Amino acid sequence: MKHSMKVNLQVWRQKNTQAQGNFENYSVETNPDMSFLEMFDVLNEQLIHDGKEPVAFDHDCREGICGMCSMVINGNPHGPKQAITTCQLHMRSFNDGDTIVVEPWRANAFPVIKDLSVNRSSFDRIIASGGFVSVNTGNAVDANNILIPKDIADEAFEAATCIGCGACVSACKNASAMLFVGAKVTQLSLLPQGQAERQSRVVAMVNQMDAEGFGACTNTGACAAECPKGIPLSVISTLNREYTKAKLNGR
Amino acid sequence: MGVLSFLFSSSIGRKLVMAVTGVSLIAFLVVHCAINACVYFMDGGATFNAAAEFMAHNLFIRLAEVGLIGGLLIHIVQGLSLTLDNMKKRNNKYGSSPKRSNSTWYSRSMGLLGTILLLFLVMHLKDFWIVSRFDAQGGLTETKTLYHFMVEVFANPVPVTLYVLGCISLAYHLLHGFQSAFQTFGLNHPILTPMIKSIGVAFSIIVPLVFASIPLVIHLGLIK
Repeated sequence: MKHSMKVNLQVWRQKNTQAQGNFENYSVETNPDMSFLEMFDVLNEQLIHDGKEPVAFDHDCREGICGMCSMVINGNPHGPKQAITTCQLHMRSFNDGDTIVVEPWRANAFPVIKDLSVNRSSFDRIIASGGFVSVNTGNAVDANNILIPKDIADEAFEAATCIGCGACVSACKNASAMLFVGAKVTQLSLLPQGQAERQSRVVAMVNQMDAEGFGACTNTGACAAECPKGIPLSVISTLNREYTKAKLNGR
Repeated sequence: MGVLSFLFSSSIGRKLVMAVTGVSLIAFLVVHCAINACVYFMDGGATFNAAAEFMAHNLFIRLAEVGLIGGLLIHIVQGLSLTLDNMKKRNNKYGSSPKRSNSTWYSRSMGLLGTILLLFLVMHLKDFWIVSRFDAQGGLTETKTLYHFMVEVFANPVPVTLYVLGCISLAYHLLHGFQSAFQTFGLNHPILTPMIKSIGVAFSIIVPLVFASIPLVIHLGLIK
């Protein structure tokens, strides 16, 4: 059994936000059991050994739940497989000798910090614009203190699985953030907590989304197809409904 | 304007305008298609001419026509400005295109398909609408009915080809637009949404097919 493989990489290198970037070619000896990020670790070891600048890329948990890793791999955010993050992509998904193009999320609202690392603070500002929720610390609240029907809880949970990675924005031809905002608005509008702010929250979040420079949704469905958590396109429908209702109520 | 200003400023409001005007245009297509299909009565265009005559001189229809043109203009202006704005949201383009397809080409090309339809409409309105609505342009007479105009225009293979191409653009524009409008309205239902999608596909095939068939059958002399 062959346990090593060689891939050719075309990696986007950009010194900082203002600099012009360009693709650089690298060749990496890797093995099929490595994750895509581990393969990048090998590349960086090589670069450091050769006295060159390592490639900057975002990563944290490396178990597919934190939303830090990004990378557009051969044109697809998080690579060729569906419903996984880049850290869960393994080199066995590629063939020996493949050429792989790796670039950052590209959107004006996600400026490149360096190489493959982009600034996703615009997502944080959208969340912040939605307002706060009060959470009592100390002892855990009684489990069934607030009753929520199972189907509603499931639907809210499905939306809540969004890890805020930004693949939706990177896949959208309009760089629209509506799948992300839709997931957050769907989750919050379904649950009994925070109903008083339901309408003002959706208007504030959409205003912030527009101000950050994200595009408008044209329902192509690219976002949902690329989402590592499988957030459905229906959350955008819910967002449209919540926003329109709030606006017609004069919010 | 006040509370309704969001319809021309916010991303969702602007999409809502596209959806409302789009659905009105779909409703218009039903009427237009039904009248055109009257040529298949094979009565030398008598039923078709009668229907066209009714549409041209009924006060209610003429008033609705003003609304239709208004809606069409808003759909065009808002559509173009949205497309141009959306194009400005990613200044640095990707160096690679998706290996795994994540959307249909026509859903990504609504601006282009719409522009082709706009060019088609200019030709189409000049061919038929102007002559039937404005008497100064010659107008319709007993011996020069709208059906006669059709036979005259479609004798030439060039307009026949352009009309068929226009109908193909319409089919793809509708294939995405029909269901997209209901998504924008916020309508999302486990039973209704799949139904709307199926109706949308059927509508996008049948209606442009009926439209495209008429120049062809007239050109080939299949109907009298």
